[in-house]
Amino acid sequence: MPDVILAAMRLHLEEVLVVGAALFSIGLYLALSKRNAIGILMGVELMLNAVNVTLLAFARFIESPRPLDGQVFATFVITIAAAEAAVALALAVAIYRHRETVNIDEIDVLRW
Amino acid sequence: MIEDNAIVIAFWSLSATTIVCALMVAAVRNLVHSVLFLALTFVGVAGIYIVLSADFVAVVQVLIYAGAVGVLMTFAIMLTPGADRLNASTVFQAPAFVLGVMVFLLIAWVAYDTEWRISDREAFTTTAASLGEAFLKPYIVPFEVASVLLATAMIGAIILSRAERDDRA
Repeated sequence: MPDVILAAMRLHLEEVLVVGAALFSIGLYLALSKRNAIGILMGVELMLNAVNVTLLAFARFIESPRPLDGQVFATFVITIAAAEAAVALALAVAIYRHRETVNIDEIDVLRW
Repeated sequence: MIEDNAIVIAFWSLSATTIVCALMVAAVRNLVHSVLFLALTFVGVAGIYIVLSADFVAVVQVLIYAGAVGVLMTFAIMLTPGADRLNASTVFQAPAFVLGVMVFLLIAWVAYDTEWRISDREAFTTTAASLGEAFLKPYIVPFEVASVLLATAMIGAIILSRAERDDRA
């Protein structure tokens, strides 16, 4: 087989990191651009997932005396993300109850 | 470096699915469809975890993200029926897009520019047992703090979303 195909048939750390970076950028775009508070939360969750992909890639590929620590970290990230999602969605529902909207550009009571 | 052909093919097809689904989350015009694509993205990410030989984290990802967080977001949308479901963007759409592309290029450049200390270790076989040991020995304090945090978040979410009663009546 030619060298190019052989090189493409191997998975390196860099390629996993690039996939993580792509997911993170899409999450960042969602979090910064969406009007709906729930859409913003989706972006945040996507970014947390991208970070987890990166952590697990390092745990798999990088030399370390305790290689499983990356997976421990990823589990903690998932835990914190679940707590964050529960509180943030409860906040969105509470705001909706008072103002009949969850669009962030209409929630401006703190604006001077 | 992973040389098994099947794993490499699995990684690239899972990555393509995941990234396309993530783009669809941003592109579709209906917020409900957006949540469904997000759940699909979470499942794809769980597949990538399996490729990286993190079986326990992958199961947790499917349970918590694709299951719990997906249902939670669907509930949040159903509980805000009067809000618009257009999945529209604010005026920051163009700057956010530029920033996203720049962050992607920056991370990709750093990833390829750095000399990583790659190990030639084999894939982990089963991780659940050793993860449990890690949680209950070196990481016992963060583990307990995380459980307190989850309890706090649960109580907070209940208080925030509870229907307000008038106690004076």
